[in-house]
Amino acid sequence: MAKQHITTTINGEESEYLCEAQETLLDVLRDQVGLTGTKEGCSSGDCGACSVMLDGVLVCSCLVLGVEAEGKTVETIEGMADGDELHPLQQKFLEEAALQCGFCTPGVLVAAKALLDMNNNPTETEVRYWLAGNLCRCTGYDKIIRAVMDTAADMRGASA
Amino acid sequence: MNEQPKQFKWVGTRTIRPDGVDKVTGRAMYGADLTLPGMLQGKVVRSPHAHARIISIDTSAAEALTGVKAVVTAADMPEADSKLVAAGEAMINFRDLAHNVIARDKVLYDGHAVAAVAATTNDIAERAAALIKVKYEVLPHVIDVLEAMKDDAPVLHDNMFTGGVKPKPEKASNVANRVEFGMGDVEAGFAAADLIIERKFTTEPVHQAYIEPHAVVADMGQDGKVDVWCSSQGHFMVRSFCAGLLKIDMSKIKVSAAEIGGGFGGKTTVYLEPLAIMLSRKAGRPVRMAMSREEVFRGSGPTSGAAMTVKIGATKDGRITAGDATLYFQAGAFPGSPVGPACMTAFTPYNLDNVRVVGFDVVSNRQKVVAYRAPGAPISEYAVESIVDELASKLGIDPIDFRTKNAALEGTKAAYGVTFGAIGMQETLDAAKATEHYKIPLGPNQGRGVASGFWFNIGGESCAGIRINEDGTVALSEGSPDIGGSRASMAIMAAEVLGIDVNKVKPTVVDTDAIGYHFVTGGSRVTFATGMAVVDASKAVVDEMRARVAKVWEVDIEGVVWEDGHARPASTNVGDFDPMSLAEIAAIANKTGGPISGHADINAKGAGPAFGTHICDVEVDPETGFVTVLRYTAVQDVGRAIHPGYVEGQLQGGAAQGIGWALNEAYIYDKNGCVDNPGFLDYRVPVASDLPMIDAILVEVPNPTHPFGVRGVGEVPIIPPLAAVNNAVAAATGTRFTALPLSPPAILAGMAAKN
Ligand code: FES
Ligand code: FES
Repeated sequence: MAKQHITTTINGEESEYLCEAQETLLDVLRDQVGLTGTKEGCSSGDCGACSVMLDGVLVCSCLVLGVEAEGKTVETIEGMADGDELHPLQQKFLEEAALQCGFCTPGVLVAAKALLDMNNNPTETEVRYWLAGNLCRCTGYDKIIRAVMDTAADMRGASA
Repeated sequence: MNEQPKQFKWVGTRTIRPDGVDKVTGRAMYGADLTLPGMLQGKVVRSPHAHARIISIDTSAAEALTGVKAVVTAADMPEADSKLVAAGEAMINFRDLAHNVIARDKVLYDGHAVAAVAATTNDIAERAAALIKVKYEVLPHVIDVLEAMKDDAPVLHDNMFTGGVKPKPEKASNVANRVEFGMGDVEAGFAAADLIIERKFTTEPVHQAYIEPHAVVADMGQDGKVDVWCSSQGHFMVRSFCAGLLKIDMSKIKVSAAEIGGGFGGKTTVYLEPLAIMLSRKAGRPVRMAMSREEVFRGSGPTSGAAMTVKIGATKDGRITAGDATLYFQAGAFPGSPVGPACMTAFTPYNLDNVRVVGFDVVSNRQKVVAYRAPGAPISEYAVESIVDELASKLGIDPIDFRTKNAALEGTKAAYGVTFGAIGMQETLDAAKATEHYKIPLGPNQGRGVASGFWFNIGGESCAGIRINEDGTVALSEGSPDIGGSRASMAIMAAEVLGIDVNKVKPTVVDTDAIGYHFVTGGSRVTFATGMAVVDASKAVVDEMRARVAKVWEVDIEGVVWEDGHARPASTNVGDFDPMSLAEIAAIANKTGGPISGHADINAKGAGPAFGTHICDVEVDPETGFVTVLRYTAVQDVGRAIHPGYVEGQLQGGAAQGIGWALNEAYIYDKNGCVDNPGFLDYRVPVASDLPMIDAILVEVPNPTHPFGVRGVGEVPIIPPLAAVNNAVAAATGTRFTALPLSPPAILAGMAAKN
């Protein structure tokens, strides 16, 4: 079958790719665009390792087709830092050892940023439920939750 | 001897891990992230049957499909020799390993690999896999461990005769082996008891469920040299297994360690790697293979489920007089369950005179088990710790006090033969008792459970190379895949010995051509053993730098001491020399004898045994049977925490996995013996909203054989949670449960049976 020609904006840059109709956005990002920071843990929407923002909405890229990104904006983990400047969440995750193997980390960071962009004063319960779709098998979540809460507190302090 | 803690500069600090930025920016390369020019995509064809004879495999239609470049079956792999090799912490037969990688005459479980195909795209590879026609003669299957031991059970291997029993049985069976450990006189011990409790327990197989599925890229050149890139807990293990299975010289295989997205023991063996090499050899192109999540569940190893009988007696004042246990462990399709370590650890938190533990390693038509964090120990200690709790409660003794009366101490002899040196079991009990958590009052339907755990920890082969760069920075090479921040610990230990800024040390996990053999990342050994190699190599570099400075100063090497990153005269008698920094010594290395480096290639001995004690509070909904974990504290003797953040992380992560094991996780099989829940939707690991914060309390009783006092830490934390949760549920409901997982229906049924 003929491949589809797709034009999108990925991490602020206009991008084009060719993809099969049945290819997922996750596969396209990893195999066509070369952005392997977005991870595949299940391909069924259950682990969140593939989390990206599509037109400002948090999605599992394994549940979105590559063709659906036509004309939309995609943000991935590779676009999170501002040049050499890490996003405060990235920095906090490093300072507080909120990752072990780091495989869930891109998805967790993308999802956590989506939360903090909406709500910079979440309760622990809100953070836990927001991140309930991001499986982490290494950390027991404790340090992840704390890092997100601490980043939120810093962001509130900075904007106060 | 331990270095005197004259105030460490780096040991015990929370540095930023050297691989951290790559991991928060998406730059870190894991198993499935490598693309090579001309790379093909590989797929595995798996058995849809639990037990069947392979009549024929027709690959012609697949081979005819455009884009298909290679198809392999067991016929492409030489038949392996029958010999035992170390796989993680267990021993396996090499021929079983071969037959697990790709089935030869029979498939022994749902998901067993039978063929593999490589094609230009994933899509074509998948279509080709569907075109491979395997003709099966379906055989009767057996899943349950006790069923598998029955006389009329379908036998998986007609050449398997139970080992460890005399005389050798005449009939083949599914019981691979019997083991026994013990000491004292168990009958006399029970005769001296005022209270004896005996119960039967069961646990289900659970998967390590690392979030990164197995993945590999293999590339064999025309000259027969192979490059392998994969996510594993030991790239030397991958080299040695692939070389052995495919009968290729080790020198021709180079394995590079990708970043690894979790393993927990599950990546201490090979699945895809030999297949990818076989496909690459046939196709003459690099091949990438990655499992789907479903394949991870169906085609890679969980740990055993078990049936157990445990009996413990105690006196009125709370002294255990005897312990007796019989453990039946599912090995999966091939022998090699962790029943041995389960037996050895079962009663080991305690100082007992009379112990007997008998274990059976039993095959059935399930996925071949592989190591999972403290293999075997969570299972046997769950049963023992549940009865210990019941004894304490029936005797009206606080569960921590009861354990204190029986705790293993320095000088205690364990049933598996070892007499302990400095250990911290009692210290973990004291710390647990002192927590705020232990004093918080509980509400209705709430309960608190306590449990302890023991794991040996291991040493083994490790190497390290330290090279001083011309600018005074340091390159640190080692070969233990870093699964949870170990490079941070290596950099800390090197910086501590060298006396330089930790950020000047760059640790790298190098490939199998670049350094000597390392045993797998497992057994909680890396920070201990590879850390010891790093310390030795750093000390060798220090000595070399002292020698260089002695040359410059024209004094004996004894006249030069190393302090705080500088060479200094040992005393004023040596002469009046300005101290030389590491960077200054590096800058003139060409004038003093050339590049400066130090190496250590060791087989580390003296791993420190470790103990932990956990406290768990739960609330049980009497309407639904749903268990909520309210609070959780994990206390552990860690010897010395090199990087406390990552040590706490081990305690927290292990506790979470143990909670999942206790409450949710289980393999479920349908009536045909096929896995019914091979995905994260139906095999539910704990998610963020299932758990509370997990307080990690580090107790430090230094291990005397490690220069900084390190004990392994990674495995103990998964041991206590099973019983801690079980005991908390018992306290909340007034009902003793003896089967995991404690799912809501099981809890409701248990509560109804009591009422
Ligand atoms: S890979 Fe998309 S949710 Fe797991
Ligand atoms: S850090 Fe390993 S899965 Fe989260």
